[in-house]
Amino acid sequence: MSVLIYTENQDGKFKKVSFELASYGAALAKQMGTEATAVSLGQVEEAELQKLGTYGISKVLNVADQRFALLDNQAMAKAIAAAAAKTASKVVVLAHNNLGKAVASRLSVKLQAGLVTAAQGLPSSLSPFKVSKVVFTGKSIGHVLIHTDMKVLTLSYNSFGVAESPVSLVVESFDPGMTDSDFALTVEQTQKVTGKILLSEAEIVVAGGRGMKGPENWGAIEELAEILGAGTACSRPVSDEGWRPHSEHVGQTGKMIAPNLYFAFGISGAIQHLGGVSSSKVIVAVNKDPEAPIFEAADYGIVGDAMKVLPQMIEAAKELKA
Amino acid sequence: MKLLVLIGNVPDTTTKIKFNADRTAFDASGVQWIINPWDELALTRAMELKETTGGAVETITVANVGRQETEATLRKALAIGADKAIRVDADVRDAFYVANQLAQVCKGYDLIFAGIEASDYNGAAVGGMLAELLGIQSVSAVSSVQIEGGKLHLIREIDGGSQSVSVATPAMAIVQKGIAKEPRIPAMRGIMMARSKPLEVVQPVDTEIRVSFESFELPPAKAACKKFSEEQGKELMHALREEAKVL
Repeated sequence: MSVLIYTENQDGKFKKVSFELASYGAALAKQMGTEATAVSLGQVEEAELQKLGTYGISKVLNVADQRFALLDNQAMAKAIAAAAAKTASKVVVLAHNNLGKAVASRLSVKLQAGLVTAAQGLPSSLSPFKVSKVVFTGKSIGHVLIHTDMKVLTLSYNSFGVAESPVSLVVESFDPGMTDSDFALTVEQTQKVTGKILLSEAEIVVAGGRGMKGPENWGAIEELAEILGAGTACSRPVSDEGWRPHSEHVGQTGKMIAPNLYFAFGISGAIQHLGGVSSSKVIVAVNKDPEAPIFEAADYGIVGDAMKVLPQMIEAAKELKA
Repeated sequence: MKLLVLIGNVPDTTTKIKFNADRTAFDASGVQWIINPWDELALTRAMELKETTGGAVETITVANVGRQETEATLRKALAIGADKAIRVDADVRDAFYVANQLAQVCKGYDLIFAGIEASDYNGAAVGGMLAELLGIQSVSAVSSVQIEGGKLHLIREIDGGSQSVSVATPAMAIVQKGIAKEPRIPAMRGIMMARSKPLEVVQPVDTEIRVSFESFELPPAKAACKKFSEEQGKELMHALREEAKVL
């Protein structure tokens, strides 16, 4: 019996979320009186694999097969299922992001496991297995019972955090028995924006709404984000107008985010928007309208013109980071 | 090509969330029900494909799991332009329950559309589960679908960018925003026609319940917002460092 986590990688390095998963897996294994194992798919540098030990992972099954760079959901589910069988794992944990969600749903069918997505924190009880999850896009929390012997979870980002608990790590090569026909997806072209902070993993997010008046005013948002090492986001009307790409839209029909710090400039805070950002630890709102609902959700606020406040904040950010 | 669009019946996105007295179930009184927003965009894209691919798309079917009261949502999908609807007559239990019911009625389609999640319980699971049950390829976070020479060309979001991929049919596209610009609104003619379009009701199959909600809670109320004046942008930033300790 073991807890298995799937650690995602990109360009030979683990994504930040993988270390939160490792921390979570180690804590869950401790709660269950067992060990935490990781499975890594695709080519990851040896030094990266070793980092998992810092977060309490005692073994990593390393599937150094470059075909996994295709991110073929079907193939990934097959490989993780094989790793779960190999380690006799009862609980498998993935990240609650686009990839994790897509793979976990397939995996749960293969393992005949109960699936809870967007789980938050450790289970409050192991028998019965009870864990909380986000519902109604952050407007509420549900307590879910899993009735099956096998369990698959996707963990909400930043809901557990990163915790070091160093153990010695064994890297073991693992062959999940993949064939070429398992990889039925053809990648034709990849467009990547380099140097951008991933919105799903950003600790700080700077967002703008219709109150920013037009795409030409986004320079200040991007400047503040760059100084703070933050991701950039926007409200729904902004992406609908085409001022910003859909991938930046946070809210009910866009992304749910949970950074430590969220800035909302010129965003009124419709209920759909608040749902997507209310898990942020600290919310800062700047809006002209003192009655804007965003101030109900905000911890810090300024009733005023975002275009006047942004330069002051940029100035302060430069000083603080200097 | 035969297209299928999965339709979720969810509370309007402006709904204020309430639960029953012992907080064990969602209180649906006074709730307006809508097509799950991503499913509505998926249906819109399916319609566009039918109209622009010169006969490559033969039919568009919509399917859901739900009791009779969810038929209004299916009729709306028919009014938007789907040719046929299938309803599995059962209460929605967990995602696997829904996926397993759909698996019985979703055979023989070349392209299945699912929304990336439902806006109520945020499961984000039915599409992937159904693809696995049917043994077909699935691509998620899809923002563009084109049909070319019997193959599907998709654009999906990946970390820090996007990727064009192709898959053979049959396949499942799990779609997000951007798949269609605006959801279609049914026209009066569509609403009239929808009344006579076929809506097949299917009995559910026995399926184990794997997960269930024990209770719900509303997030704790926030403390009052600490306000600064329009000239105090710097002071606010300093408070974020010294007081909130997030900078």
